[in-house]
Amino acid sequence: MAAEHTIDALGQFKLTPALGALGASVNFTQSNLMMLIASGLTLALLYFGARPRAIVPGRLQAAAEMAYNFIHDMCVSQIGEEGKRFFPFVFTLFFFVLMGNLLGLLPYSFTYTSHIAVTAALAIMVIVLVTLVAVLTHGTTFFTTYFFPPGAPKLLAPIIIPVEIISYLSRPVSLSIRLFANMVAGHVMFEVFASFTVMLAGSAALGHLGPVIAIGPVALNVILVGFELLVACLQAYVFAILTCIYLHDAVHLH
Amino acid sequence: MTVIRLVAAALLLLPTAAIAAEGMPQLDFANKLTTAQVVWGAIIFVVLYLLLSRWALPQVGAVLATREATISADLDTARAAKAKADAAIVDLTDATQRARAEAQASIANAIDQAKQAAAAQSATANAKLEAQITAAEQSIGAARTAAMGALREVATDTANTVINRLTGLTPNSARVDSAVGALLAARGQT
Repeated sequence: MAAEHTIDALGQFKLTPALGALGASVNFTQSNLMMLIASGLTLALLYFGARPRAIVPGRLQAAAEMAYNFIHDMCVSQIGEEGKRFFPFVFTLFFFVLMGNLLGLLPYSFTYTSHIAVTAALAIMVIVLVTLVAVLTHGTTFFTTYFFPPGAPKLLAPIIIPVEIISYLSRPVSLSIRLFANMVAGHVMFEVFASFTVMLAGSAALGHLGPVIAIGPVALNVILVGFELLVACLQAYVFAILTCIYLHDAVHLH
Repeated sequence: MTVIRLVAAALLLLPTAAIAAEGMPQLDFANKLTTAQVVWGAIIFVVLYLLLSRWALPQVGAVLATREATISADLDTARAAKAKADAAIVDLTDATQRARAEAQASIANAIDQAKQAAAAQSATANAKLEAQITAAEQSIGAARTAAMGALREVATDTANTVINRLTGLTPNSARVDSAVGALLAARGQT
């Protein structure tokens, strides 16, 4: 029965070289190709959106302005007026993740945010940037005041300092694993339910009833696509807003 | 029942399938593609950041700034126009009030003049009437005096005639005259 078709839920995450022999020679994978497409789409949205320069925007211009204002407002409201400095970075980060998540939902595409290496690299970049900003803004006082808040009882220092250090270091871990796990879970579920459909429809034991029952997993997958669209946007938003919150901490020290 | 068994079998198969498929490809760090994708990803991310921050985002920012400037300029124009309209309304109200006051003043003036003219007219008419009344009273007085003067004569004559007819005698005119005079005096008429 089930042996007719085995569920290979993880094969979809396998990296393969893209762009033919040239891509293979420089280890350019399909994951990087999707990154290029995502970057191209983000740039195209802004370029073609801003081109009409209309006072009353059309649909595409409204979309580009909405994207701009959404991230701009997020930076200013979370970080404060200094947040404008980090706006291009947060914008890049948000759209890199969002486009990766959304493009990954298309059939035959690849979700580069489902690779822990990619999400970890993004998270480490965020945390290094946050630490750099904090040190450049506050100098070495950042380490003394951030990990041991002034006014706290000296006796508690052996507890507070390790806790603060661990919580600081766990940020990139939670940031990267959250995005990675969400993306992997969604895509594994798609694969599993799609496999059910194939197995049910082809089942010799069920006969003609098989294809009828097979509609169930298909319907479930349709619902899942809507849910995954939500997750794709939500995870990109979470990644961007957490970055903003960390940057706020770096600029204002708690 | 077959369906449930099938689903259960599939669900049970899932973890085994995961392990069977050489583990998660994401954790296969022996594969040089896993690290290569991060290197390429970093390059793409940096290029995307530079293009967005230097080229694409300023364009959208410029469009938004232009809109803000246009809207605020339009609002300023509208505010100026409103101020002008308000000033015009104030002017209009002032002019209307002034015109109304002038009209009322000239109406009051005209009424005043008409009243004065009427008063003067009635004064002259009154004076004329007064003069006529005075003249008439004087002529009445004169007529009355004349009539009163004649009264004694008439009374004396009447008394003489009556005495003559009744007695056939010619009365003593001096006595009659004194008697008439006494009677007239008694009635208060001379």
